[in-house]
Amino acid sequence: MPQEHRLILRYVDTPGYTPDLECYLRHGGYAVLRRALALRPVTQPDGKTLSPQEQLRQEVMVSGLRGRGGAGFSTGLKWSLVDRKSGKPIYLICNADESEPGTFKDKQILYKDPHQLLEGMILACFANDVHLAFIYIRGEFVEGARLLNRALAEARAAGFLGRNILGSGYDLEIHVHRGAGAYICGEETGLIESLEGKRPYPRIKPPYYPAVLGLYQCPTIVNNVETLCAVKHVIAMGGAAYAKLGTPNNTGTRIVCLSGRVRRPGYYEIEVGKVTLRELIFDPAFGGGLPEGRQLKAVIPGGVSAKVFRAGEKVRLKTRGPDGREVEQEKDVLDLPYDFTTLVTAGSMSGSGAIIVLDDATDLVEALANISEFFAHESCGQCTPCREGSLWMAKALHRLCRGGGRPEDADYLLHIANNIPGGRTICAFGDACAWPVQSFVEKFRDEFVARGRQGRSPASGEPPPAGARPAGAASPVTHP
Amino acid sequence: MSTVPSPAPNSSPTPALGWTPPPRPTGAAAPAIPAPPAVDTLTVTVNGRPVTVPRLTPDWQGKPAPTTMLQACAAAGVSVPHYCYHHRLPVAGNCRMCLVEYGTPALGPDRQPLKNPDGSLVIQKSPRPAIACATPVTPGMAIDTDTPGVRAMREGVLEFLLINHPLDCPICDQAGECKLQEYSVEYGRAASRFVETKVHKPKQVDLGPRIMLDDERCILCTRCIRFTRDLVGDDALGIVHRGSYSTLAAYPGRAFDNNYTLNTVDLCPVGALTSKDFRFRMRVWFLKETKSLCTSCGTGCNVLIGSRENVLYRYTPRENDAVNRSWLCDFGRLNYKWIGRADRLRQVRVRGEPATWTRALAELAERLRAIPAGHAAILASARLANEELFLLRKLAQHLGAETDIVPRHGEGDRFLVHPDKNPNTTGARVLGLAAAPPGANLPRFAERLRAGQLTALLVFGEDPLKHGFDPETLQRAELLVVSDLLPNGAAELAHFVLPGCAHAEKRGTFTNAHGRVQRFFKALEPPGDARPETEWLGELWERLTGERASTSPERLFRQLAEEVPAFRGLTWAALGDTGQDLPDGPPPPER
Repeated sequence: MPQEHRLILRYVDTPGYTPDLECYLRHGGYAVLRRALALRPVTQPDGKTLSPQEQLRQEVMVSGLRGRGGAGFSTGLKWSLVDRKSGKPIYLICNADESEPGTFKDKQILYKDPHQLLEGMILACFANDVHLAFIYIRGEFVEGARLLNRALAEARAAGFLGRNILGSGYDLEIHVHRGAGAYICGEETGLIESLEGKRPYPRIKPPYYPAVLGLYQCPTIVNNVETLCAVKHVIAMGGAAYAKLGTPNNTGTRIVCLSGRVRRPGYYEIEVGKVTLRELIFDPAFGGGLPEGRQLKAVIPGGVSAKVFRAGEKVRLKTRGPDGREVEQEKDVLDLPYDFTTLVTAGSMSGSGAIIVLDDATDLVEALANISEFFAHESCGQCTPCREGSLWMAKALHRLCRGGGRPEDADYLLHIANNIPGGRTICAFGDACAWPVQSFVEKFRDEFVARGRQGRSPASGEPPPAGARPAGAASPVTHP
Repeated sequence: MSTVPSPAPNSSPTPALGWTPPPRPTGAAAPAIPAPPAVDTLTVTVNGRPVTVPRLTPDWQGKPAPTTMLQACAAAGVSVPHYCYHHRLPVAGNCRMCLVEYGTPALGPDRQPLKNPDGSLVIQKSPRPAIACATPVTPGMAIDTDTPGVRAMREGVLEFLLINHPLDCPICDQAGECKLQEYSVEYGRAASRFVETKVHKPKQVDLGPRIMLDDERCILCTRCIRFTRDLVGDDALGIVHRGSYSTLAAYPGRAFDNNYTLNTVDLCPVGALTSKDFRFRMRVWFLKETKSLCTSCGTGCNVLIGSRENVLYRYTPRENDAVNRSWLCDFGRLNYKWIGRADRLRQVRVRGEPATWTRALAELAERLRAIPAGHAAILASARLANEELFLLRKLAQHLGAETDIVPRHGEGDRFLVHPDKNPNTTGARVLGLAAAPPGANLPRFAERLRAGQLTALLVFGEDPLKHGFDPETLQRAELLVVSDLLPNGAAELAHFVLPGCAHAEKRGTFTNAHGRVQRFFKALEPPGDARPETEWLGELWERLTGERASTSPERLFRQLAEEVPAFRGLTWAALGDTGQDLPDGPPPPER
């Protein structure tokens, strides 16, 4: 039976658990930090001496931990790329700008267990010789920022932060910076620009890789909230033990945000790759299936920027059998294990861990129009394809929804979407705004063509309009 | 304007940016060429052709930076279209027009590059394109700029740029020098698929005293922002709103009015930023372009004069690494209108009566012969060319006349503007026409005039009444000769008025405040009787001495280089478009 494996969310939601230091300490808080700060250099069999920091970094490398923000990049590798010879300070930024539609996992941590984040963050900072770190929190998390600042004050008063932490001689200061409400600030270089007080225009890479030229042109690590919490558990358990959770190359646990047409929407912490999409949607331990009488139509497996899966869609996957031989299998998308690699192989991604379930009553043209409207509003406007393409697609879908469709609009949308992604833009936002359009139109082409012909949703069952529809009527899409 | 890296300042045979051309595959053994200075180079292929480039190339600030794909393509003679990239600005990488496909050498299990049977490297193509403007080249890299994929990306970018563009070329001032037009013709689609309503943005935005902005035409390349922020140091421009509604704007409540705003008009690849002075006055394709110099200060910025049918319409900066790079200050750029003024001196006058040059010069020569040595003085101008000053120097030596110039000082800045407001003070000083310090002789001239010791005063390009002489003093002169461009008080009193030419109406050289000798050429015909000073000064010399004198600036410059040690070794031809420094540099400043 698939079930949750709560590591990060172990105590939250237990009765009486509060986001203050006293409660966190009662639950064993900051013990890992104490242990880490007391580490001594060890000499390896080959004669090399590892400093405490190197030991911690090695644990994270061994754990196979992958970033939980969306790209799934190896955390150990990210840390190893940091330029430690530049003589410049190294900064660490916690990316708490959780804004991918459908995602609400970091919020749980920030609101219910901020000290866990702080402990993970202090560990990560110590491991990377960071003395100044920032938490970039999205502007909408007003209460979250307040809780974090309170937690920082508590930690400072208790000697977990500031000068000479717990008598170890290690200094660290952490500041909370509130964003002003822009999705693009979740992109790490956009976030850095914003933190520097500029417009959050993502930087070009090369040359501005954060590990070398990040915040104030210094080496910088940007990690997601959940990732930093996972770091705490990696250090607590040991990298090798953590790597036993989940599946190879997809280790540990992650928090999945389930939303849309399921009976039990919410957040579930699972071992990565140990639970399938079907189980997440239908198992009583998770989503518990769709509401009575509803059929599954589509699943967005990793936040709205991930490519959609059609219910019943089959993908061919190469997997290694128990005997180590490679076998090619055809699988229903719902039977895919929810992990990083498989979903990418299947043509989508697990992204930020947000699963959005769409049922047969959902008008996919309207749904896509809604998604595109979001991206058109959030495009920073720096580079051409995304700036112009995102609004173009949103306008076309808006027109399609309002009865101005043409049969060729499906191809028209694909044409626009195909000119945006795949390295044509500075950051991944270009992919993010094009992938939903590409996948919705390719996988539900009939609906788009039909809507183009009819001007009205076939699912709504209403007759085609007799006259022109009043502008803006019953449309979810409005433009500034 | 040119956005391709310019040749080295001295136009030496070294190719642009100092890279060496690839060896030509010749059958015969190559002649022994001395090894070039050790520059760390690497070889890449551009569209299949190998090209060797230095590993490091100066960036926009002149600091060595890894050579980029765009620079390697330029070295290979392949132009990559671009909007936001400009070799004198920090790289932005936002227009995505320069996207190219590329590959790097594939490595075998032993980490050594794999080779094809023919010995060439096996190239592993990158799944993603890269922007040529910001991506450094690596050894063996294969860059492709002309594949179906690259063409499709350019077409895609152009289509995106045009969907919200007003497509108003017929009434747009940029037409004819618009990169959006040019690339659309070269790389774009014939028709747009766009059927939605366009985004509307502010038009006729009064950005500052000299700049008009049409936000609908703006392609948001941010060249103007980067120039103003990173080169001028004025954070006046920025983008407001986001996504497709992004709009270029000046800081609220502030005018965009620094002294370099008009450079943004040159930088703007489209018709968004236009010069209030030039807009709607002339279609650019009608303009004749003449290489010239700005005369507003001692910097001597290189300009192109845009003129048509004897009317000067604009100055635009002409690239010169050693002087003004690609820029021009607003004051200098707009300080051309006096050339076309209706009240220019256009008549030769002898004692107030119109005369011919022949009669006037004959009579003047006769009068000058009658002046005893030491009784004449020449008030020259540091606005005259080296060649003219050279003739005046000869004249002064012949007459035993004292000379001086009128110094002009003002405010300078750290960018281009020099505190010396004369274009040729250095020339006047090294040719010995300026007193030390310049202007020191002027009170003496006035004194000697009043004392009757000075009987002849020859004034060129200046109004003595504005520089310490009063009319009574001037009237004491038995012979007062005034040559100028515009009417002045002294000309009213002069016995001889000889109309001269503006620099745009003649050829010559100026020596800037840093000792760089630069040429300028003729764009316009002078008004009325006015003739280039070298012509009539040469004629006067001949009448005075019986010696034939050269009147062409080229010959005069040769003589000057032979006779004046400060100019030794310089030749008219070798000055080229960007000039050459005086061999010993400028003379030290005098205070």
